[in-house]
Amino acid sequence: MTYFRLAVPPISGVFRPRMLALCLLLAAAAFLAFCSVVAVGDYPITLPEVVQALAGVGDPGTLLIVRELRLPRALAGLLVGLAFGVSGALFQTMARNPMASPDVIGLTQGSGTAVVAAITLGWTGGLSVQAIGLLGGLATALLVYALAWKRGTTGYRIILVGIGVSWICTSATDWLIARGGLFQAQAAVGWLVGSLNGRDWNAVLPLALACAVLLPCALLLGRQLRTLQLGDDVAAGLGTRVQLVRFGVLLAGVGLIAFGTAAGGPIAFVALAAPQIAQRLAGAAWPPALASGLTGALVVLAADLTGARLIPNMELPVGIVTGVLGAPVLLWLLIRANRAGSGG
Amino acid sequence: MYETYEPDLRASALHLAYDDRPVVTGLDVAVPPGKVTAIVGANACGKSTLLRALARLLAPRQGAVTLDGLALRSIPTRELARRLGILPQSPVAPEGLTVIDLVTRGRSPHQTWWRQWSAADEAAVRGALEATGITDLAERAVDELSGGQRQRAWIAMAVAQGTPVLLLDEPTTYLDLAHQVDVLDLITDLNRREGRTVVMVLHDLNQAARYADHVIAMKAGRVVAEGPPDQVITAATVEEVFDLRCQVTTDPVSGTPLIIPIGRHHHAVR
Repeated sequence: MTYFRLAVPPISGVFRPRMLALCLLLAAAAFLAFCSVVAVGDYPITLPEVVQALAGVGDPGTLLIVRELRLPRALAGLLVGLAFGVSGALFQTMARNPMASPDVIGLTQGSGTAVVAAITLGWTGGLSVQAIGLLGGLATALLVYALAWKRGTTGYRIILVGIGVSWICTSATDWLIARGGLFQAQAAVGWLVGSLNGRDWNAVLPLALACAVLLPCALLLGRQLRTLQLGDDVAAGLGTRVQLVRFGVLLAGVGLIAFGTAAGGPIAFVALAAPQIAQRLAGAAWPPALASGLTGALVVLAADLTGARLIPNMELPVGIVTGVLGAPVLLWLLIRANRAGSGG
Repeated sequence: MYETYEPDLRASALHLAYDDRPVVTGLDVAVPPGKVTAIVGANACGKSTLLRALARLLAPRQGAVTLDGLALRSIPTRELARRLGILPQSPVAPEGLTVIDLVTRGRSPHQTWWRQWSAADEAAVRGALEATGITDLAERAVDELSGGQRQRAWIAMAVAQGTPVLLLDEPTTYLDLAHQVDVLDLITDLNRREGRTVVMVLHDLNQAARYADHVIAMKAGRVVAEGPPDQVITAATVEEVFDLRCQVTTDPVSGTPLIIPIGRHHHAVR
């Protein structure tokens, strides 16, 4: 790893050429995928036209289609991917375990249970599906944190408690679907697989606001995690306020995952796999937060593109495609971890 | 390097407990500045617990640990981390983390969001790698190193932290004899060359006798004896602290006390 000083005292920093190159590359690839998502559809638009339309140039018809129909969907994909990737990186780094992803420790399952309950039981209380998903995710996070609390929390306890809570939520969701009517069950399952289909500005704006606040917080907290990775005692010895940082990370990570799930549904595997892919691409010993977010965005946008195009006249929801892509990655991770003797 | 500052680290009327289980009851110790102090005692006597309290990893139930007259809990976390470093027993680095990355993290208490890599940081990291003799291993992954090299890397991290006081919990655990001596020699260097105050928990009494200037012998959460090794490490104290009959002779190499345990199947010739 190469270190350089950007020395204009007192300002100084470290930068890793490989990390910078990776982030630029991922950003470029994600932008290309973003433009492609805007370009494809019944009314085809060329990529140059998309870029022009994004800058506000083009004929009124193209501008209308891009702004009102295509852009919200592409933005939702981009932001959901960013949110899931960064949130996954935070959780995995904090717990020193790739299994500590929000989709393993029950947060997305909790959102799912809340939304399915609202759909099948009709208890919406005037709230949108997004708001209910958000509240469900936050409530589950609180539950996991409270149950894992014993003179502070450890990453390991959060994983074990989270897996337990995740199964409770999954069972509750299954029961709700089984007792619900056919039409309601179909609507619930449609939301549960995760889809960007028909997302409008109402779905995107809350997520965009949440990302504007939470992503900078998350990236700053990511720095604090560098010491937390060495274990709680070492981190405390290095002047890190362990419980405070862990709580902050949970708050930012839960917020990102809950808003992301609210906008796109519980899109499978992105929070788990994107940080692991980014870590390997960066050659780092921990999942880098920004690169994980960009990888997440790229994966979601690419999956959406694939889902929309793979089978003619049939649009696959993005969550199914990421599941198909993500499952082999998870298996590879587990096999690799067991060989290295750290599968635990 | 650190000789000009004489840290005053002490515990007074200290009570420590895990949940409802008291571990240390009414303990008073003062760490002599500029010296190497070894805390010894049988398993579960509270020696590691005391070290954790001295490092603020464990809050006192009663009494206080003070540094230069201020209670540890009243000193801001980062400020304390610039004065007092702690290396816990057998820490684990994330898979694939390189030595240079680990050692660099020792500089965290000196860094701010706008000052991430100052000339002082670079000098401290370079100095720590040299002092521990692992400059050549800087780009290697910590988990691929041998036990002795790995312990050197962790000590380098604590050295880079640049604290006048260094606390070490059983720094020789899981090392073979040659590497144990190697690590203890290194700790002696840090004390003699740089003037750091060192407090370490040690299992091996003979090593404590040889490498410490000051020995604190503990039993059941209390201090049984305290002072220079030749006064503390006597047959009577060892029998009281460890429940072990022994003879104490003189280490022919260092001139410090050397313990020869007796056991049930042998008896003293003299």
